[in-house]
Amino acid sequence: MSILVVVGLTLREGIRRRLMLALFGLSLVAVVITAWGYSQLSHLPPTSSGPVSTDDIHIITSLLLILVMFMFSFVLALSAVFAAAPSVAGELESGEALVMLARPVSRASVLLGKWLGLAIVIVTYAVVASLLEFGVAYAATGYWPPHPIQAVAYLAGEGLVLLSLALLLSTRMSAVAAGIVAMLLFGLAWLAGVVGGIGAAFGDATIGQAGTVGHLLLPTDGLWRGAIYAIEPTSVLIAGSAAGPRVAAFPFYAPGPPSFLYLAWCVAWVAGVVALAVFSFARRDV
Amino acid sequence: MSGDAASMASSAPAAEMLAVTKRYRQRTALDGVDLRVERGEVFGLLGPNGAGKTTAVKVLLGLTRPSAGQVRLLGEPAGEPRARRRVGYLPELFRYQRWLTGREVLRLHAQLEGIPRAAREEQIEEALAGSDLAGRADDRVAGYSKGMQQRLGMAVALVGRPLLVVLDEPTTALDPLGRHELRGVIRGLRERGTTVILNSHQLSEVEQVCDRVAILQLGKVLAVGRLDMLLARAGVRVRVTGAEQLRSALAVFGEVSVDDPWTVVHGASEAEVPRIVELLVRGGARVYGVEVVHASLEERFRDLVGAPR
Repeated sequence: MSILVVVGLTLREGIRRRLMLALFGLSLVAVVITAWGYSQLSHLPPTSSGPVSTDDIHIITSLLLILVMFMFSFVLALSAVFAAAPSVAGELESGEALVMLARPVSRASVLLGKWLGLAIVIVTYAVVASLLEFGVAYAATGYWPPHPIQAVAYLAGEGLVLLSLALLLSTRMSAVAAGIVAMLLFGLAWLAGVVGGIGAAFGDATIGQAGTVGHLLLPTDGLWRGAIYAIEPTSVLIAGSAAGPRVAAFPFYAPGPPSFLYLAWCVAWVAGVVALAVFSFARRDV
Repeated sequence: MSGDAASMASSAPAAEMLAVTKRYRQRTALDGVDLRVERGEVFGLLGPNGAGKTTAVKVLLGLTRPSAGQVRLLGEPAGEPRARRRVGYLPELFRYQRWLTGREVLRLHAQLEGIPRAAREEQIEEALAGSDLAGRADDRVAGYSKGMQQRLGMAVALVGRPLLVVLDEPTTALDPLGRHELRGVIRGLRERGTTVILNSHQLSEVEQVCDRVAILQLGKVLAVGRLDMLLARAGVRVRVTGAEQLRSALAVFGEVSVDDPWTVVHGASEAEVPRIVELLVRGGARVYGVEVVHASLEERFRDLVGAPR
């Protein structure tokens, strides 16, 4: 019961403090701008080998989609971190939490309520922004990603991973510190993924393992790679496998989907981190 | 909860601390505190800043975990959410969600308190009416003055008709009129049988409303009891010469000290004056004056905490 009260409060905060407006408003602007970009693709001048084929347009569109989704994933990461970090630490610092925690509610329900409320925002954003973007790309170029639902799910999953991490950090750190640490780790995880790709491309197992370790420690980049795969057209995958191992160094290419085992690990990771956050918050003196 | 447990809980003290210690890394905030607050009394926790009053209250409310000792709130182990049912709290430093209206803050707390929907709005109105906020209830808290936020804080503490209300330095942000009103509110709570725990570093405040007080200093309870009992630790002062040899005999009436030209018998009462004078005169001392001292709580407090006079 009290968990739902906290979910409602978190959502209302997002609306009243214009987090939602900023998030959806600016993303809508991005969608409109990219829609114009896609529509220009059909007017590309012919090359020396003839007019630009539909296949080429689809490949360019998919690449643009991946880049836009990369921006969305970044916006999502930023929002998850900077909404989650103050929601515990900031309220403890300001004294807002004191009066709420003195009510007959468990710390667990307060924390889970916040997680759930922010998770709703993140998932909604991922679904609405991605589907709008896929929609305008389709309308302008006729390209529709092969696995749209998976793409949205991986993007949302990335946000949920960061949300959980930022909430955990904010039970013990100041809001600013928790936000910065979570963002840094997000950046490092992405870098580890790129470095791991380079390792794979040049057959260096040690460097390659950096990517694997990064994907396990903070599964944001692993999920992001899943989103890339879900957007890529089959022609890119065929060309990629024909190009040899070196293509793995390209950070906006994924040769295959994440394994079921890896996805299970991601779910366990989120559950574990949220459980740790509940444990940490419950033992925290306020 | 079984019937027996429920009746036990309803007759248990409002708050109970047994040998409670709270240590932070470098310092000890509470050091073996024993306290018992009975139902229906207005209990003052008095002490200078840093004495451990706020920590004591936070431990009671389960906001802070004690390092050692036992804490019960309304008969339930503190720290369990159910122990905080029907407990109102006004912290010293607080803030309410600035993006909510006053009424929404009250509704949030009524929901967290678990007040059934049917009774909720009525109790919110009740809390609003008592707080003098009715005209601004639908404005956002961001626009409230400090005094209005304090009124809202009081309304939040009272929503849900609490059995126990904990007020931590509630007058800090109030002007003299506000303080007067607050005393009225506390007296009203006592009349309804609500237990009140009032934290304060100001004696005058505690002196005016509290039935019993505990004096805290450096995390220890220095004295606890009814106000008049604490006040009674006064004494008899005698202006006397030639009494040096009689001090040990005087000690039967109380601790003796010399504050020239006065000899003070601490703890002696007015009733003992004739016997004190008789003892002195029989012993050959010359008495020039006798005074019965009713130490004010202020002096007593200063005595206990060792503050300069």
